[in-house]
Amino acid sequence: MTDAFDAIVIGAGHNGLVTAAYLAKAGLRVLIVERRDLVGGAAVTEEVFPGFHFDTGAHRVNRLHPSVVLDLGLAAHGLELAPCDPSVFAPALDSPHLLLWRKPQQAKESIARLSQTDADRWANFAELISKACGFLEHAYDHEAPDLFSRGLGERYGILRLIRRVRRLGRPDMTEVLRILPMSIRELLDEWFESELLKGTLGSLGIMGMFQGPMAAGTAYIFLHHHVGRHGGALRSTTRVRGGLGNLARALAGAARQAGVEIRTGAEVEHITIADGRATGVVLSDGQQIAASRIISNADPRRTLLELVDPLELDTTFLRAVRNIRYKGACARVNLALSELPQFSDGPADGSHLRGAIAIAPSIEYLERAYDDAKYGRLSREPYLEAIIPSVTEPELAPHGRHTMSIFVQYAPYHLEEGFWDSSRREALGDLVVRTLTRYAPNLESAIVHRQVLTPLDLEQTFGLSEGNIYHGEMTLDQLFIARPVPGWARYRTPIKNLYLCGAGTHPGGGVTGAPGYHAARQILKRSTL
Amino acid sequence: MLKGTPFHPRTSRLCQAQNWRRWAGFLAASSYELTHEREYHAIRSSAALIDVSPLYKYLIRGSDAERYLNRLLTRNVEKCAIHQVIYGPWCDEAGKVIDDGTLQRLGEDSFRLTSGESNLRWLLDNANGLRVTVEDDSYSTAALALQGPSSRDILAAVTDLNLDELKFFRLAFSRIGGVPVTISRTGYTGDLGYEIWVQAPHALQLWDLLLEGGRPYGITPTGLLALDIARVEAGLLLIGVDYVPTTRAIVESRKSSPFELGLGWTVRLEKNFIGREYLLEEWRRGSTWAFKGIEIDWLSLEQVYGEYGLPPQLPSTAWRMSVPVYAQGRQVGYATSGCWSPTLKKYVALAHLRTPFAKQDSRVEMEITVEHQRKRAQGRVVELPFFDPERKRT
Repeated sequence: MTDAFDAIVIGAGHNGLVTAAYLAKAGLRVLIVERRDLVGGAAVTEEVFPGFHFDTGAHRVNRLHPSVVLDLGLAAHGLELAPCDPSVFAPALDSPHLLLWRKPQQAKESIARLSQTDADRWANFAELISKACGFLEHAYDHEAPDLFSRGLGERYGILRLIRRVRRLGRPDMTEVLRILPMSIRELLDEWFESELLKGTLGSLGIMGMFQGPMAAGTAYIFLHHHVGRHGGALRSTTRVRGGLGNLARALAGAARQAGVEIRTGAEVEHITIADGRATGVVLSDGQQIAASRIISNADPRRTLLELVDPLELDTTFLRAVRNIRYKGACARVNLALSELPQFSDGPADGSHLRGAIAIAPSIEYLERAYDDAKYGRLSREPYLEAIIPSVTEPELAPHGRHTMSIFVQYAPYHLEEGFWDSSRREALGDLVVRTLTRYAPNLESAIVHRQVLTPLDLEQTFGLSEGNIYHGEMTLDQLFIARPVPGWARYRTPIKNLYLCGAGTHPGGGVTGAPGYHAARQILKRSTL
Repeated sequence: MLKGTPFHPRTSRLCQAQNWRRWAGFLAASSYELTHEREYHAIRSSAALIDVSPLYKYLIRGSDAERYLNRLLTRNVEKCAIHQVIYGPWCDEAGKVIDDGTLQRLGEDSFRLTSGESNLRWLLDNANGLRVTVEDDSYSTAALALQGPSSRDILAAVTDLNLDELKFFRLAFSRIGGVPVTISRTGYTGDLGYEIWVQAPHALQLWDLLLEGGRPYGITPTGLLALDIARVEAGLLLIGVDYVPTTRAIVESRKSSPFELGLGWTVRLEKNFIGREYLLEEWRRGSTWAFKGIEIDWLSLEQVYGEYGLPPQLPSTAWRMSVPVYAQGRQVGYATSGCWSPTLKKYVALAHLRTPFAKQDSRVEMEITVEHQRKRAQGRVVELPFFDPERKRT
């Protein structure tokens, strides 16, 4: 049998597009099959209401793997990153607001209004975070090390990583290693006194996690979201101009140019396997497509437990895959607004609406929000991160109107009672609006349309198991050599020719393209062309 | 507290010895009379009634049941006809034995698996994503083994079943009195015998009916001491005694493959099952260990005991411990179970032997302790089983 395709990529998420593009550039005949009618996965822009365009999934990008941007010529394909400045605006009910600008000096001035001590420490803290992130950046730019390999290349990789840490010098190296397993609260308590500052920074330590800011390992998540943020711009927010859909469009453009065929509206029903080898896919309409490699951008659970006949996998491996924690904890609300929200305490020039707006008045606020989730309840006072892209890009909404994209946490996928039905969806929407209205009194009356995506909606819309935006929790036990499961950190699976390329693999979630990049390299390494 | 089986109200009154053993969390009679000897002879010469309810029993049902079990067991489950029973082990991914037991095919998509240890986690783990349900039936189903040459006559007296048609390792659904039962022609004695599976609430009624119907045939409630001798004679493995299940092995060397346990005949390498790759490899290169019988020479026993002015001292019950076995002056294996076979009039043992020393009739020596001194008795390797009467199959 001659294979019709050299590779089929399941899912046109941004990582899938990256992998496909690289494989095609290397000369493989590649097909992407995507369940939805648009590409991008959770990095999409959709016209949810007439004239209103929203990033319905992710609404900010992490650090895109630099090779991906260069190799695939994403700029030429229309990608334009838009770092927000100010990065974040954090209103408070009982204190002055916080406005973090990208320039440390500007940020410092804003912090000084809350605490002079904190302002004085800002630069040093930013430097520490940069150093720690420099180490992570290196780790993310490479595959997870294979600690037991005897291969020279592997050993060299490990040495390089160690050298990278040691280059920090003894005190900083110790400090960086000390931080990784800490809770974000402990880390911030060591540095700052302002509750609002700590809450605003700390919120990045829990983002997308089913953990509160007092949980071990949340300092790592904080760092994860700072990888690639150079120049001391802490808690910075980067958007894609025109919406994240433009990243997907650029990636799809690069992929198509390399020869990739993309079929949307094509849902994979299962992966066909013969003699322990993946041989193709069967679509839900019954169509069979053969290929000599199958690469799944779906998360490990969907790929290995739903698309593969369980009899093809060993029990212990299956057990490990089943044990991957997902436990989605966030939801999305998108508001179409007739006018901009007026925050009681906002600067008159409106500059505060250009970046993210964080409702995270203190670490305790976040922890209490988590307390509810811990028992399977929606947070009574949730952490919110809102972005109003139409402030800088009016074309995303009808003239004079606005789009407000809100990330909500915690909305646990597993509820103490019942499930995410439409009444709970509406209750979630109401809660978010109510919470924001406390800070911006005109918000409620400004709403023209409202879209609420519960964790269940995230699962059903984007195929995110349990609504987990990272394809598996980003806890320390599920990272690096243990991602997706211990022993399989190299994008391979026990089924020959079946690979993973999504956020469930190293270096994990967020819009980075790094898993897709590493996956492509591993696949090509194993291919004789 | 150990639990009583559904038959406990009856067995506890009959158990004169008050000699109980624990079996899978249940009380099980070691012997009912003060010694087990009459019970043993019931197995071989009339009929023994043994409460085997503590066996783990799993009902496995669903349209994927056959391929699910075919993936688990080394046997080819596709070849198991409806109402057939097959015996075999199941292995971990490295081809080492987790447990062994019988699989009854109750219907096209319905099976009952029995085992010596709990296997629920393993069964459930492997069932994930398949159209199959695994139900632990251990409590709701009680079981009696009716074993011995008269067992068929007793069943004929209490059921309408045509027992001539119930072949070895087949099962049938029937009634005893008014009690619905499943009768399988299986057992752990190597003799003609049956196992009767019943819903727990009917257990006592079944017990009474069998004892009543079996009285003219010398039916004898029998405990585990007698059963143990019978199973050694029959060369049947006992988990935890003759091999260490992988779930209990704390070092790799304690684990055994089916080939090493004399269960190579159950391994169908042409199909896909858990552990196949390693077993294929082992099959190609040959196994290090074999599981065989050892017959001790009577004259040798007379001689070693004679040095101390003693006649041979024979174990009255089956022993279970690790006993070194030697050949050519060095240890080549170890016996794990042994007994004096009252039927064969031979001292026999089940032993793990290094393959080069495991050929039929190879000379070996087994350690015996005489007057606190370690001695070696001469013996020879034999194929199992030691005792295999024609009536078992016909």
